[in-house]
Amino acid sequence: MPKMALSHFEMAILFSLITSVALGITGKTGKQEQIRYAAYCFGSFTLALFGLGWLMYFGHR
Amino acid sequence: MTTEVKKEVAAQVPAQSWFLPVLLTWVAPGAGYYMLQTPLRGALMGGMSLLMFALGLLMRGAFFEAQTGDMLTTVIYCGGYAANLASGSLYFLAKAFGYNAPDVAGHVVDYGTKFLVGSGLINILAMVDVYEIAARKKS
Repeated sequence: MPKMALSHFEMAILFSLITSVALGITGKTGKQEQIRYAAYCFGSFTLALFGLGWLMYFGHR
Repeated sequence: MTTEVKKEVAAQVPAQSWFLPVLLTWVAPGAGYYMLQTPLRGALMGGMSLLMFALGLLMRGAFFEAQTGDMLTTVIYCGGYAANLASGSLYFLAKAFGYNAPDVAGHVVDYGTKFLVGSGLINILAMVDVYEIAARKKS
């Protein structure tokens, strides 16, 4: 079985993307609303990723 | 006007038994949606759960074993084990084919373990969704 090796950032983005799609489907009804909610979740995940990343960077200095 | 008609129609349609679709969703992620005539939703939810599980395996993530001890150990290990079990047949198939990756230090394996848990959590989300559709709490 091949082994997958991605960076922290790539894996976190992949996780966010899959989770956002699942949350979009189950969280809202109606195609348009589901897409909007999934995009909102993905944006929030990405924002938190960058925010926490910078927080850890400055906390480590 | 149209919304009222839709509500009336929804109220007239009897709620079907939720047990079988929920059980089917646990056994084969996304399958319960097909019983409820929402195949696209089923394909997407099943696909996301399967994709996350496959990525977890490719990253050589470890499965949790139920373990008790202090509060934190119990919550993490029993919770992780329950989430792994929630993947249903994916978990049992991986076990049957002898998948038993050790929990070694490293960010790839660590993420893999989280992906395997995430797959189970997505399936729990799908089971709740199927229950709500079957019980007519959601359209």
